[in-house]
Amino acid sequence: MAIGLEHFLILSAVLFAIGLYGVLAKRNVVVILMSIEIMLSAVNIAMVAFSRYGQFITGQVFVIFIMVVAAAEAAVGLALIIAIYRRRKTVDADKFDLMKW
Amino acid sequence: MGLQIAFWILAVVSVVAALAVVSLRNIFRAALFLILCFFAIAGIYVTMGADFLAGAQVLIYVGAIGVLIIFAIMLTREGREGSPSGRLRVPALLIALIFLITMVLVVTGTDWGAVTEGSSGPTTSAIAEAIFGEDSGFVLAFEIAAALILAAIIGAIVLVRDK
Repeated sequence: MAIGLEHFLILSAVLFAIGLYGVLAKRNVVVILMSIEIMLSAVNIAMVAFSRYGQFITGQVFVIFIMVVAAAEAAVGLALIIAIYRRRKTVDADKFDLMKW
Repeated sequence: MGLQIAFWILAVVSVVAALAVVSLRNIFRAALFLILCFFAIAGIYVTMGADFLAGAQVLIYVGAIGVLIIFAIMLTREGREGSPSGRLRVPALLIALIFLITMVLVVTGTDWGAVTEGSSGPTTSAIAEAIFGEDSGFVLAFEIAAALILAAIIGAIVLVRDK
């Protein structure tokens, strides 16, 4: 059975679902950020698959921009986590309730 | 045939590594499995003929983001608590499963038409042409991305700086 577009899309969906579960269920903020990275990578796989099977190079250009945004997001997110950890001595998402009312 | 075997191995490795990231209690091991997952995804790009992106994936995700996450784990070591699941574990599992089933049904149910595999030559010059091309390029988006990275670096430095 030849590998087709569907295989890559289903792999992408599986990885995205795993990341979604991690974001919703985990309490450690670093693990939540790691799950977000998994979700972004899953989207990248779908983009590259469409780019390859639709024969448009634009999909790969978009993947480059997604990588740029993912790197910026990881840098700022981890800086935020470290800043909050210094003040609150925790990385538990359930305890970050300063902006809740 | 070789590419098919490679795809299946890489797909299984990436899914197992991603599952390990969200299920292991030890955060450091979860980060190592995340890096393994990124490596496997780089291999999947290779099976799709996206050579430039595979290189970028290894450089940016495995190199930069992997090291960044390990740094953050080292700097925020808290007790022996690890990475427990919150109260929303069961609803989250349910939502992820519903999403997965929906996506699989949509992907398998859609008629993708006559999709044919593209040629698998080097893609670097084609990507460069698409980004910096004269008429339909992404030059403005490219410049904005550069400004975004600069803003993110400055923001990260300001956030973690000692007062």
